Amino acid sequence: MGKVFKYGDNVNTDVIFPGKYTYSIDEPEEMAKHAMEDLDSDFARSVEEGDIIVAGLNFGMGSSREQAAICLVYSGIKAIIAQSFARIFFRNAINNGLPAIIHSQAANEISDGDEVYVDLKKGFIKTKNKKFTFSPYPDRLLDILNSGNLINWVKKELIQRNLD
Amino acid sequence: MGKTFVEKMLAGKAGEIVTTSPDWILSHDNTSAIIKKFERTGAKKVANREKCVIVLDHTAPASLEKYADNHKKIREWIQNQGIKNFFDVGRGICHQVLTEEGFALPGSIIVGADSHTTTYGAFGAFSCGIGRSEVAAVWALDEIWFRVPETIRIKINGKLPEGVFAKDVVLYITGKLGTDGALYKSIEFSGETVDKFSISSRMVLTNVAAEMGAKNAWIEADDKTLYYLEGRARNEFEVITSDRDADVEKEFEFDIRTLVPQIAAPHEVDNVHPVEEYKGIKFQEGFIGTCTNGRLEDLEVAAEILKGKKVHPGVRLIIIPASREIYTETAKRGYLEIFSEAGALIQSPGCGPCLGAHQGVLAPGEKALSTANRNFKGRMGSREAEIYLASPATVAVSCIRGEIVDPREEV
Repeated sequence: MGKVFKYGDNVNTDVIFPGKYTYSIDEPEEMAKHAMEDLDSDFARSVEEGDIIVAGLNFGMGSSREQAAICLVYSGIKAIIAQSFARIFFRNAINNGLPAIIHSQAANEISDGDEVYVDLKKGFIKTKNKKFTFSPYPDRLLDILNSGNLINWVKKELIQRNLD
Repeated sequence: MGKTFVEKMLAGKAGEIVTTSPDWILSHDNTSAIIKKFERTGAKKVANREKCVIVLDHTAPASLEKYADNHKKIREWIQNQGIKNFFDVGRGICHQVLTEEGFALPGSIIVGADSHTTTYGAFGAFSCGIGRSEVAAVWALDEIWFRVPETIRIKINGKLPEGVFAKDVVLYITGKLGTDGALYKSIEFSGETVDKFSISSRMVLTNVAAEMGAKNAWIEADDKTLYYLEGRARNEFEVITSDRDADVEKEFEFDIRTLVPQIAAPHEVDNVHPVEEYKGIKFQEGFIGTCTNGRLEDLEVAAEILKGKKVHPGVRLIIIPASREIYTETAKRGYLEIFSEAGALIQSPGCGPCLGAHQGVLAPGEKALSTANRNFKGRMGSREAEIYLASPATVAVSCIRGEIVDPREEV
C-alpha cells in the first residue's frame, strides 16, 4: 500500500536523474536525493517507502542510464504504473527490482495522492474503490524481481549452474 | 506466413520472450560502473571475453581526475581479463569504431550499454541498447532475454532535393511518428531513397530511430554493405532478410521529393519543423560531429560550405570527426585546413559536448545548433540552455551567418 505520485507523458531520464550527475554520483542513496529533481523538486523530500508512481505514455524515455531506475528504488518507490514505458527504462526497472506495470486504464483513472495496492503475483492493482487486473509477468522476469535485482539473480544462477 | 527480420534473428514470434546469446557486447566509459556490478555477481572472469568490445569515447580524453581514474580502472581490468577488443581514448565514438572495425555485420546480434546501439541495423544487424546491470549479466552468463518486438515498416521514396540530407529525412519522420512512435518496435527501413543512401546516411536513420523509442532499426544489407565490409568484417556472416508476407504492425510511406530542411527545436526530438520557421534565431555554439553526423560525408558537406568563409564572430563552431579514420581522411583531403581557416575548433574524435560532460558545454541562456540526436533540457550543460538539431549543412551555413538559416539560401 502506498500513495501515488502522478505525472504526465514522456517523463525523460534527464528529469528523473539529471545527466550532470551521471559520472559524479556513484552511491544509490545519494542518487535518491536527486530523484525527479527537475520535474518535481518536492519529490525527494515527500516520498515514503512503499509509494507508487503513476504516469502517462513513454515513461523513462531517452538515455539508457540505469541511475534513473536506481534513484527511484532507493527513494522508496515500490512500483510504477504507466500507459507505456521506454524500453530500456522498463528493463532497467525490472533489473533493479522495481515493477513497471503497463496499464492504460489504471494510469488514467488513478489520481495523485490515491492509496494503491499492487499484487504482482496475482496481477492486480487495487485502489479504495476499484480493481484493475493485468497479466502477471513471465517467469523469467518474476524471478529477477523476486531476487531483488538482476545482479542477485545472476549470482544465484551462477551458483546453480556451477552445481549442475 | 513469413517472418520479420527480428523474428528470424531472435527465433520467436512477436510478443514471445526469448533468451539469446549476443555476438558482441559493447560498453564505453560506463565500463567502470559495470565492472562494480559484475563483481557483485560473484563471477571472476567474463564468460566469453572475445565478445566484449570496449571503447573509451564519452569523456575522452579525460577532463577531470575522476574521469581519468575511471579510464585507468577500465584499462587495468581489461588487462586482467585478457580482453582484446579494446579501443582507447582517441580511436573514436563507439558506434563508428564498431562499424569501421568490422563488428557490425549482417545477421549479427549486438547489445550495448548505450541507447544509440540501434545504429548497427544499417548493416543488417540486430542491435539494441541495454542497461549497465544487463551488460554485467551478459558478461557473466553470455545470455540475455528479449521480448520479440512487433515490426513497423517505413518506406522512403523519392530523390533528395538539394540542401536536404538523411538527417532532415529522419527528423521529419521522428516529428511525424513522435518520440514513442516506435516504442518497443523493430523498424525496418526500405524504399528507393534508402537504397540510394550511402552507408553513412543509412546510419543516420538507424541511429535516430532510438529517438522514436525503437528497440532496433534495420536496413537490408545490399552490395554497398558488402563492399564496405570487404577487408573489415571480423567474422563470416549471413545476410538475413525480412519476408514480404510477414505480419507487421504498421507500414508508413514517405515521399521526400518535396521535403525541405528540418530542425528539431527544444526540448524534444519530435518537435520538428522546417528550418525556415526558425530563421533568424541567434545561437552561440555550432556543433558538427557525434554518432549521428560526424562522418566523412558530413564533414565534406561542411567543408564545401565553409571553404573560404568565416564563422560568425558571435559563434564558436566545434567540429569533431567521429573517428580517427575519419580524422585522418579529413586531414588528407584538406578539410581540417578549411575548418581552421574558417575559425572553427577541431577536437579529438569522441562524443564531444553532446552529453554535456566536456569539450564545449553550454552556459545558462545559451543556444546551440547541433548535428547530434538529442536536445533534452540540460543535455549539453545548463538546464537554461537550448539545443536545436539539424543537418551538417544547416549547421555550417548558419554558423557563417551567426543565426539559423535555411541552407538552401547558400547552397
